[in-house]
Amino acid sequence: MGSTTTLAGRSLRWLIIAIGALLAATLLVLQTPGTARADAPDEPGGDQEQTAFYFAGVITYKDEPLPDIKVSVERAGFSADTLTGEDGRWRLYVPEKDAYTFEVDESTLPEGVIVEDNPREVEFGLTGSVIINSFLAPGERTQTSFLDQVLDRLMNGLNFGLLLALAAIGVSLIFGTTGLTNFAHAEMITFGAIVALVFGVWLAWPMWIVIPVVILLGGVLGWVLDAGLWKPLRRKGLGLVQLMIVSIGLSLAGRYLFQFFIGGSTYQLPGAGGARDIHIGPISLSLLDVISMGISIVLLGAVAYWLLRTRIGKATRAISDNPGLAAASGINVDRVIRIVWVLSAALAAIAGVLWAYFRPGIKWDMGTQVLLLVFAAVTLGGLGTAFGALIGSIIVGILVEISTLWIPPDMKYVGALAVLIIILLVRPQGILGRKERLG
Amino acid sequence: MDWGSIFNNTAYWVFSPETIAYALAAVGLAVQFGYGGLLNFGMAGFMALGAYGYAISILSFGWPWWVGIIVGCIAAVGFAFILGIPTLRLRADYLAIVTIAAAEIVRLFLTTQLFDEWTNSADGLGGYHAGFRAANPFPPGTYGFGPWQWTENQLWVRVFGALLLAIAVYIVWAIMRSPWGRVLKGIREDEDAVRSLGKNVFAYKMQALIIGGVFGALGGVVFALPSAVVPATYTTSITFFIWTILLLGGAATVFGPVLGAVIFWVIMGFLGNVLPALANSGILPLSSAQSGTLRFILVGVALMLIVIFRPQGILGNKRELTFVK
Repeated sequence: MGSTTTLAGRSLRWLIIAIGALLAATLLVLQTPGTARADAPDEPGGDQEQTAFYFAGVITYKDEPLPDIKVSVERAGFSADTLTGEDGRWRLYVPEKDAYTFEVDESTLPEGVIVEDNPREVEFGLTGSVIINSFLAPGERTQTSFLDQVLDRLMNGLNFGLLLALAAIGVSLIFGTTGLTNFAHAEMITFGAIVALVFGVWLAWPMWIVIPVVILLGGVLGWVLDAGLWKPLRRKGLGLVQLMIVSIGLSLAGRYLFQFFIGGSTYQLPGAGGARDIHIGPISLSLLDVISMGISIVLLGAVAYWLLRTRIGKATRAISDNPGLAAASGINVDRVIRIVWVLSAALAAIAGVLWAYFRPGIKWDMGTQVLLLVFAAVTLGGLGTAFGALIGSIIVGILVEISTLWIPPDMKYVGALAVLIIILLVRPQGILGRKERLG
Repeated sequence: MDWGSIFNNTAYWVFSPETIAYALAAVGLAVQFGYGGLLNFGMAGFMALGAYGYAISILSFGWPWWVGIIVGCIAAVGFAFILGIPTLRLRADYLAIVTIAAAEIVRLFLTTQLFDEWTNSADGLGGYHAGFRAANPFPPGTYGFGPWQWTENQLWVRVFGALLLAIAVYIVWAIMRSPWGRVLKGIREDEDAVRSLGKNVFAYKMQALIIGGVFGALGGVVFALPSAVVPATYTTSITFFIWTILLLGGAATVFGPVLGAVIFWVIMGFLGNVLPALANSGILPLSSAQSGTLRFILVGVALMLIVIFRPQGILGNKRELTFVK
């Protein structure tokens, strides 16, 4: 019998080896090229050099831990990855506190499971560790068509533009009535977000009470600034350039004052970064986006009504047009300017809350990040014209979001700022501005 | 409270590369704003171009260090043209907004991953010192006395920086007493009057912007010489600090920016040492992070007070109206 069995045995052995090789090849292909699959460490982080700083977390799917999922952190000059253990836990040590990009390797996840917001930026707070827990849900990555992406970005941009408009109208009104280019507007924006942080997070008041409180305290800030600083300076007869530099000093003092109180870390408002689960055609929005846009539209409508229909609003426009003539025709210029400051600061404060949701996060220099976009919007629309500021803001907001289709996200503000320079070349008075405004 | 070390650490700032760099940039701003009346809020951009022009020339192209300095200056000239052409014909506050925006664009370009190959994005550049140190005329050793003791490389950076600063100050002194300087000051006071005399106001403003920008770029080079370049340095804050320095010393003066830079950095250095010491010994109820932030709040307040109560600065003359209209 010997020979045939040997033959059969030999061919069977070859078959097993071939299948084995094929399996191995498939496994290799399935994995990321170049890295041989290591086993998950016994202890989370046990496979790395231990430092004082680490990221850690647990990955679960439908409340079950997921083992052998590859996670990685990366920044320029450093990268590390590991696998989750049997209990779904992982830990990655990093050399120092910095901003890192965290990514869950989706090819190691079970079929039909995705990670939202992946990869994402993570940053250290006050402690030496950052916990990133991923509780996954079934879902699928859908390829959206280019047009759908444009529509989605357009909606996002509109949202951004509307919140910019809240701040920009204030800048424009202040410029129109007093001639001041207010650099401290950035801090008026941050102030609103910090008020929301204090009442909405630290005191845990519900947001529908916090929003009016923000508007109220924003208005109080505007009143205090005008009564305590700007009106005395106007009385003193300071030039416009001097006033502008005072506002820069105020901006510097303000932003570091915020850092003094809330430190360098980023805080989140309740409900920030919620799921975008409202779908209108290709556009997906979160409930907060809708509320944010609603608040912006209602407030902008109210301001428009105020400017066009009320006596004070008309007086404001009269002063923007010609302060001397307005004063001569019996308008109390100081009183109108006071109202403009209160209104602008209140609008800036609420814009700060919306910006904190849009970014998302509250940080001491968040206002400074958006100030130049506000200036770009105001210049684009025409310095000193309230409705120009609205149009300019929406254009800038949409431009920033749409431009991310072509340029990397870390460059998205460049487009808007470049437009600012180009518009000054082509039409320096802005879209709605009048030519004689320029010196 | 170790007053000895606080005094030593403070004395360091009297003659530090940072002080010289800020003084150079402030001299540039004096040409632009003090004498020319141009509201340039983009000094951070000029400094960044100087520093990166220097570093990239050496690291990416392998050019000698002095070519790197020239490249930085050329970049600043180009930047001044880009800024000046759209805005110098417009009202002053337009220039302010455009320059601050343009400086941010420069910073974003240096921070982005897109040009990582040359700029190393957010991590910045370092390790370009070999050429500059090879040109060091001082033999190895320790120089100086008391709190001012430097190695030969540290001394070389300071001497070179001080040389550049002296040349810049001399140039400003010389050109501001020339007919060119008188026209520039005339433009600051009354543009239309100068235009009616047949002068090309735009060209004068552009020249002032370029000269100031080159000084700013040299400031950036000196800032980069001893250490590394990181894009996060060149935010709007650095521009505002240079404005504070200029207005403190006196905007339309030759030595004001230098005096302002020394005073600014000595006070900053002193507060940077004293406030944490006070916080640690429990005299001030602050965390050490807070005591570090406190001095920047004071800079902002100081800037406001200077502009309101002594707009001509320490050395300035009230009759030299630096704030047009």
